[in-house]
Amino acid sequence: MKIQHMQIGKLLTALVAGGMMLAGCEKRLDIGPYQSISEAQALNTEGDVNVTLIGAYDGMQSAAAYGGEIMVLNDLIGNSTDILFTGTFAGLNDAYNGLMVSNNSFATSTWAACYNTINRANNVLSAVDKVTSSPANKNRVEGEALFIRASMYFELVRLFAKTIGDGDANSNPGVPLVLTPTRGVTDEDYKARASVKAVYDQVIADLVKAESLLPTSNGFRATRWSAAAQLSRVQLQLKNYTEAANAANRVIAGSGRTLNPDFTRLWFTFINGGGTMPSEYLFGIKVTTQDGTNAINTYFGRGIGSIPGTAGRSDCKIRPSHIAQYEPGDRRNFFILSGGSNYTQKHLDRFGDVPVIRLAEMFLTRAESNFRNSTAVGATPLEDVNRIRTRAGLSPLTAVTLNAITRERYLELAFEGHNLNEAKRLQRNVGTFAWNSPKLIMPIPQREMDVNKKLVQNETY
Amino acid sequence: MRIKMLVTLMWSLMAWFAVSAQNINVTGKVTDENGAPVPSATVQVRNTQQGVTTDAQGNFSISAAPGAVLVISGVGFDSQEVTVRGPNLNVTLASGSKSLSEVVVTGFGGTQIKRDLTGNIARVKAKDIENVPLPSVDQALQGKAAGVFVNAQSGKLGQAVTVRVRGNSSISASSQPLFVLDGIPITTNDQSSYGGDMNPLTDLNPNDIESIEVLKDASAGAIYGARAANGVVLITTKRGRAGKTNVSLNVQTGYAEATKRLEMLNSEQYAELILEGALYRDNLAGINPADPSSWTSYVKNDVMDYYSYGEWTKDPKKTYDWQDVVFQKGQYRQADLQVRGGTERTKFFSSFQHLDQEGTIVGNKLTRSTGRLTIDQKANDWLDIGVSLALTRTWNRRLPDDNAFSNPLQAIALMPMTPFIDPNTGLDAGTPPGDINIPLYYNPLLTVKYGKFTQDVYRTFGNAYARAKLAKGLTLNTEFGLDYLSQNEEGYFRSETVRNQTRAARGVGSNSAAFITNFNVNNYLAYTLNRGRHNLNTTVGMQYQESQAKYNFTEGTDFPSNSYTKIASAATKSGGSSSQSDFRFLSYFARANYMFNDRYLLALSGRIDQSSRFGKNSRSGFFPAVSAGWIISEENFMRNLKAISFLKLRTSYGIVGNAEIGNFPQLGLFTGDAGYAGAAGQRPSQLANPDLSWETTAQLDAGIDFGLFGNRVTGEIDYYVKKTTGLLLNVNIPATTGFGSQVRNIGKLENRGWEFVLNTQNLVGAFKWSTNVNLAFNQGKVTDIQGQIIEGGVSAMNRVEQGYNVGVFYTVEYAGVDPANGNALFYRNTLKADGTRDRTTTANYAEASRVVVGDPNPDVIYGFTNNFSWKGFDLSIFFNGVYGNQNNIYGMGRYSSASMLYEDNNTADQMRRWRKPGDVTDVPQVRLYRVNGSQASSRYIVDGSYMRLRNLTFGYTFANSMLRKLKMEKLRLYVSAQNLATFTKYTYWDPEVNADSFDSNIAKGNDFYTPPQPRTFLFGVNVNF
Repeated sequence: MKIQHMQIGKLLTALVAGGMMLAGCEKRLDIGPYQSISEAQALNTEGDVNVTLIGAYDGMQSAAAYGGEIMVLNDLIGNSTDILFTGTFAGLNDAYNGLMVSNNSFATSTWAACYNTINRANNVLSAVDKVTSSPANKNRVEGEALFIRASMYFELVRLFAKTIGDGDANSNPGVPLVLTPTRGVTDEDYKARASVKAVYDQVIADLVKAESLLPTSNGFRATRWSAAAQLSRVQLQLKNYTEAANAANRVIAGSGRTLNPDFTRLWFTFINGGGTMPSEYLFGIKVTTQDGTNAINTYFGRGIGSIPGTAGRSDCKIRPSHIAQYEPGDRRNFFILSGGSNYTQKHLDRFGDVPVIRLAEMFLTRAESNFRNSTAVGATPLEDVNRIRTRAGLSPLTAVTLNAITRERYLELAFEGHNLNEAKRLQRNVGTFAWNSPKLIMPIPQREMDVNKKLVQNETY
Repeated sequence: MRIKMLVTLMWSLMAWFAVSAQNINVTGKVTDENGAPVPSATVQVRNTQQGVTTDAQGNFSISAAPGAVLVISGVGFDSQEVTVRGPNLNVTLASGSKSLSEVVVTGFGGTQIKRDLTGNIARVKAKDIENVPLPSVDQALQGKAAGVFVNAQSGKLGQAVTVRVRGNSSISASSQPLFVLDGIPITTNDQSSYGGDMNPLTDLNPNDIESIEVLKDASAGAIYGARAANGVVLITTKRGRAGKTNVSLNVQTGYAEATKRLEMLNSEQYAELILEGALYRDNLAGINPADPSSWTSYVKNDVMDYYSYGEWTKDPKKTYDWQDVVFQKGQYRQADLQVRGGTERTKFFSSFQHLDQEGTIVGNKLTRSTGRLTIDQKANDWLDIGVSLALTRTWNRRLPDDNAFSNPLQAIALMPMTPFIDPNTGLDAGTPPGDINIPLYYNPLLTVKYGKFTQDVYRTFGNAYARAKLAKGLTLNTEFGLDYLSQNEEGYFRSETVRNQTRAARGVGSNSAAFITNFNVNNYLAYTLNRGRHNLNTTVGMQYQESQAKYNFTEGTDFPSNSYTKIASAATKSGGSSSQSDFRFLSYFARANYMFNDRYLLALSGRIDQSSRFGKNSRSGFFPAVSAGWIISEENFMRNLKAISFLKLRTSYGIVGNAEIGNFPQLGLFTGDAGYAGAAGQRPSQLANPDLSWETTAQLDAGIDFGLFGNRVTGEIDYYVKKTTGLLLNVNIPATTGFGSQVRNIGKLENRGWEFVLNTQNLVGAFKWSTNVNLAFNQGKVTDIQGQIIEGGVSAMNRVEQGYNVGVFYTVEYAGVDPANGNALFYRNTLKADGTRDRTTTANYAEASRVVVGDPNPDVIYGFTNNFSWKGFDLSIFFNGVYGNQNNIYGMGRYSSASMLYEDNNTADQMRRWRKPGDVTDVPQVRLYRVNGSQASSRYIVDGSYMRLRNLTFGYTFANSMLRKLKMEKLRLYVSAQNLATFTKYTYWDPEVNADSFDSNIAKGNDFYTPPQPRTFLFGVNVNF
């Protein structure tokens, strides 16, 4: 063998150069995307937690959740007599006609939107220790996330499970309870349905804690009063009238908020209110021209030529039989005749805020609870009902009955997404369906049944 | 760490190899059969980069080891191999074109003679792709290489084409092959933001290309590892040659027209049909047709009269064929200048091209200006260096996507009585201030006249290399490449387009940019050892690639007037965005080819790929391949079989991957788009899958290469089985996790098929006739998708169904028309307990189950070329075709063959509709605004097979004696026709179709008012000085 010196030199140079080229390259493979960040970087600072909390609000704002479809489904499933549904969405049409099947698209999207929001809230809760600027801030963030999570579970268990009083809540399947953020998919993530009781227990625990943590004012985001109001709604649904009355009373007494003397000022929040959420909304979803959709407006609304800014699919026409129930002079007889049909004016505003809980409901909850318990927490039932009637422009009653209270509640909160839950709570028929008919419970979405063998389907699906 | 050790070890081994054998200087002369010198012939030491070219007298001088094999090749001659025995070597080359002695590029500096190949590589030469009126090189591959399926998709200029090598190997990842230009994987994915996908290969001048090699089997592809599962297309550009400087000027000019017009109803027929439908409704409702409130009256007054500006009543025969105004004769002009030459030490190639092409659809235009300069320099006796730089500007006036009312071809939906011009204004129908609700739909000509969307691409392909001869047979190669794509897109739509662009009430303008920087380094050692009967050829090295893509976008509305078109003048800046996405690959590869006694062949190759795209737990993948061959014809027992001049058996097996899985599918991500009420927010957006990796394809190939009668007939037969596992699928997971799906490697599919290649010299002598045929059968089958429902295409009729090819048509089966009542019927096809299907029919669509009724993937693809020459005349006739595939015409059929469910004009074949009881036909009764057979069904799944006279070229080359006086070396005049004739049963425009609005891996074969291919006639002059 014979190697020339020059060649050895070249060879060595090549080997050294080659080695250098190999070193340090592998690190260059650790790159990430730009419009997204790694989950490991996402929740490390107080700022991270704050923007994730905003993300949880964004989730709750989706059309399939508090953006409005939860309310629309409640009104359509729970009301075939007041509404004439003429829309083309098969999923809503089936809900309206009591013909839902297991792949109902609205069942699928609402289920997914609620759990997506819950995961966002769970992310906030998992990192709430990162909020260190002040205990108040930490409490606020945790309270808001708990409020959001509880609200979603409350809606899920009411839509997808048997109601309270229909069989045993301890054994009736509710919905799966997920309380930690999802980072990967393991067997643990294929969860069975927790009992109705367990879900309600979680909702109450979250709301009680949220109420204790949240501040009394927080812009249009969740406040102590939002949590207390939602809690009163939960307790009323559970027929825990004392707790319901107490929670409602805490809101009325503590919040300092009052009923707007003009019922009609509660609506058209964008067209007339310049986008300011009415103080009577204890909680609502903010809609702006840049962000969010008012899905109640989508289905209940209609573009009225004389009111610029109105829009909607004109799917939900209000039947004259409903309108006939208002007494003369009732300002809540708030409908507009267009193209031969009546539409509620509550949801005509395309960019109007979505009301979730109004103060008026608290008076009615306190009235009903006090009436049922024969108590007078905060005020007598008669006083509370008359406060609502007076604001509506009606003469006060001289005495109340349970029927008078629930009737006032029905008219005051009409088309705000209460019909189904009210029918179940008051055990009233919905059209030809009994209050506990399985047709009034949404199906566990077929796609969920397909992927998760631990789920049990609701009856008849 | 282990990888580095492995590479270092191989590095050292090669260094050891390098110290053997000594070279001698070989000189000689290359002559042709008549003894005339052959200048510019290439003399190359086999399996190395080492080569020289002959001078004007055919002389050469090269350093080679005794026993080394020299490959001598020249344009127009068969290559020849000669073993070095001493310092003098004279070679006589035979003229002809024999594929067996061709030198084939194998990647990373490697070349092999076709005879010695053990893998499957299809080669397409410059001659086959130059000067055809196709803007991109991938389209030029159509019908030229066995097993390479190309579908041009539409006649829109510069748009993406489908290329599949041996079937479709993926469902969700890309199925396009990897394109490597002079060693650099280049950007080929769409960067446009308007209309259908564009094809960045348009930026490459096809006339700059020396050859294209398609690496089809795993043995050939494994050197590209995780990126080779869809095949690899190696593009090698032309380089300089030592010798006289050659200047070649080629100019061609011509025009293009759409290959076909569709026969639509004329006004009388349209009126007959729609009035029949109205009468049906009147009878149904018991209304007297003469009643002013009848359906008949409505159709006459509010439909036909209204949409014809009242002209229909005056002249019911007057017909406007809207195809007259949307198709045009498009001019084609192209000029090429190529200068090529050099000395032994410095060689250069330079080219310039300008292409100016008008579409066959109004409003479509493409221009391309490109220049390239390549220099190779022998720095000293051990170092070669070179650079190549190409600059291109491609400008394209775009058409909207197929599924847009502004797509000009959608004009066939307009009523035949609607005049082109609004008689009240003298402007195009639908132009304000006239009634903008006429015609029936938006007049797409308004977008051509009052809107514009242009794409302007500046592309740089650059590469530089250094090749150091370290020792005898050992070279170190460094290649550096850059592919820089800079794109600007501008759109402006004036207020006249407001019926289509709802936000254009006062004009809407957009401006967007894309900057794609793609940087690549290859470093490798190549070693060749020829000793006695052993030939060893090895390569080991690394590749690093980095791609960065940046995008931005602005949009404005409310312009002061139509004279202002830039966003600076927009009162409202209505949109803005910027984004970025990167990927990187770091790879190590090795390859060894060994030949013993000129007949026993063995090849091993492998690659380790690491990528930013793979999950943490699967960051690195190893892709090995092995192949072997036996040249039986070298054996003594074959020597007596005179008819068989060459016979080789070869087989290969290997594993390759598909890494076109998106840039960050493996990461757990949060995205910052979850704002609420003006506050910025983030949300968890993607679940991590640290195990996520490439899709894996294992491929077995077995083949025979043969030559008969002194290789006047040569051919190849191949059988392959490609099994792909770990398909990326979006797997549904419980929504209770907060996510709907996770990307996982779970699916499986396979492709198997036969390929045949046959090249024959039918006549030799003064009149020459040769034939090249390629034919390929492929059968794809999805074997496992774990119950996922994956649909796409028009009305989600394409579907991934276990047991079938990817993207089969899955819909209700049409059963014709009930002769009794004109109802459309469907087969129930309900699955019975015994596994058979209920073949009874029903008029109730909801009762019919969906079944597989067609497949957009062809069973057979083929191409055949006949070349004739006599004296100075040459004639080339090239056909290609596909067989056994179906197209989906429901996109148009639901409107234009829909029994007047809508007021669209109908295709002429709808005249054979059912009219009275007893009529036997396949077109149901016309029922105005009623569904009768217009649901998605197999009625709209039709045969998509075709054979096309793709190119015909006839030329005359003037005799040398005449040219010398003109100081010319060559003068050739030619005429050529592209897409001259198409043989098909397809009823719409063009069977070679795939609507851009629906295009995806699984959604193929859809026609949605898709522009047909152009038929182009050219006249060309080629002059060499």
